[in-house]
Amino acid sequence: MKKDTSHIILKTEQLSIGYKTKKAKTVIASNINIELQKGQLIGLVGANGIGKSTLLRTLIKVQPALSGSITLNTKDLESTTNLELAKQLSIVLTEPLTSKNLSVYELVALGRHPYTNWVGNLTEEDITIINNALELVNISDLKDRRCYELSDGQLQKVMIARALSQDTDVIVLDEPTTHLDMYHKAYILKLLQKLTKDTGKTILFSSHEIDLAIQLCDTMIVMRENNVVCNEPCHLITEGVFDSLFPKDLIAFDKTSGSFRVT
Amino acid sequence: MICFIVNISLGSVSIPLKSVFGSLFGSIENSTWDIIINNVRLPKAITAILVGSGLGISGLLMQTLFRNPLAGPFVLGISSGASLGVALVILGSGLFGGLFATVLISKWSIVIAASLGSLLVLLAVLAVSSKVRDTMAILIIGLMFGSITAAVVSVLAYFSSAEQLQQYIFWGFGSLSNLSWNELLIFFGIYALGIVLSIRSIKGLNSLLLGDNYAKSLGLNIKQSRIIIILATSLIAGTVTAFAGPIAFIGLAIPHLTRQIFKTSNHKVLLPAVFLFGAIVMLICDSIAQIPGSDYTLPINAITALVGAPVVIWLLVRQRKMMF
Repeated sequence: MKKDTSHIILKTEQLSIGYKTKKAKTVIASNINIELQKGQLIGLVGANGIGKSTLLRTLIKVQPALSGSITLNTKDLESTTNLELAKQLSIVLTEPLTSKNLSVYELVALGRHPYTNWVGNLTEEDITIINNALELVNISDLKDRRCYELSDGQLQKVMIARALSQDTDVIVLDEPTTHLDMYHKAYILKLLQKLTKDTGKTILFSSHEIDLAIQLCDTMIVMRENNVVCNEPCHLITEGVFDSLFPKDLIAFDKTSGSFRVT
Repeated sequence: MICFIVNISLGSVSIPLKSVFGSLFGSIENSTWDIIINNVRLPKAITAILVGSGLGISGLLMQTLFRNPLAGPFVLGISSGASLGVALVILGSGLFGGLFATVLISKWSIVIAASLGSLLVLLAVLAVSSKVRDTMAILIIGLMFGSITAAVVSVLAYFSSAEQLQQYIFWGFGSLSNLSWNELLIFFGIYALGIVLSIRSIKGLNSLLLGDNYAKSLGLNIKQSRIIIILATSLIAGTVTAFAGPIAFIGLAIPHLTRQIFKTSNHKVLLPAVFLFGAIVMLICDSIAQIPGSDYTLPINAITALVGAPVVIWLLVRQRKMMF
């Protein structure tokens, strides 16, 4: 399974995640050892409350790890400055935008911030990258629209374009498919898959769409009560990882179709 | 520019427009008029510009920082701090005895008291805000400090004489006049420092439009930019309050007015636009306060709200949508 380490872009060792206050330490998950390969689409799945968002938030340095290490591009995440990180990793979160009174173009252009000068002027190169990002996500026709005029599906595409314009090796998305209908869920995930192929970026997303993720992802991270497994979807199916994902009283995993069925 | 000239040409002594120009550009026709123009009206017009643009900009900074359209330059307790300082000097002077009181209540002492008061409250807010991570908490802390100082002021007011109370209320009306060139220079110096800090924050402000976490992912040092933004606001709003009194409304309304007109939240557009609008609106309000052709000058604080509030209401009703 293990290949040449130069393919590995993000790696965690003995990572323990959770929340720390002055008095108590709440460990949500520990002993996380995952390796993400360059240019792959990686899906993170698990039951509600298992710590998917906490893991993502730790990986993007929004909250500190309790123990263990995270290595991004061979450098320890702790010692990476915010600005260095901004050039290597971009994010799409579930939290709503503070202001939706920006045009799509302006919003996508904000992705260039780590590269622009102190007042944020865009160079020719920046503009090419922004237009390119709009094109990759197929929203060039929306670029003069205001964000409050957009549907949830469109806004999600805009946020992905913004992350693309940040020109990073890794893009992390926290539940990019929530609030979307079945078609758009598939559309967004398919788009992410296409982006990894076209741009060679590594894209990590968390999702509840296990069926879709099994079909589209190169690698999946499955978070369970006791451990976190990271492998190719077909291996995970044969190993029976998905069987133990949820309590067995309502739904069961069907290995032949690769999806969950009501029992 | 037109507003500037109109503002200068209006006042309790009527001076023909031609002489106004003459006086501005150095040819003296009538020495009394010349003194009025150069020492009263010109400083007043400049004060109006500084006050209007300054309050507008600090309101804009606060609204973006706190992600709250209700925020204004005074949410951090700046005006209440200044009020406390002034109240202590004017209302508290009774407690120190008569002779001392007359020395205390000079104009400079009021300016200094207002500055010290707002600085003190601001430092308290800053100290607390460096401990909390949530930007919303700072907003509430600022409002709480405001309540505390307001309470202290009302206790002081309860124990003071009618004359002292009147004097305090007059300060509360706000005033753009009575600033000498020297005072204006100090005013401008501190104001300029605040504006420079605001301009430096444009990029950070734009990324804050996405939310704190996104801004951080774009490489912004949230804590540092938050302190710079608060510092800029307090420098500007603090000096404005110290020299012109607690002028309400402008700081809250101008950013909304500008957003409605320009239909954007991009600070590269908003900052200069707010600067301009603030200055223009303040000049217009001051011209109205003079009541052209009469000897009376109305309190500027009343005029800004009387003129401005209907405009903002009208804009919001017409567009049916709050831009933020």
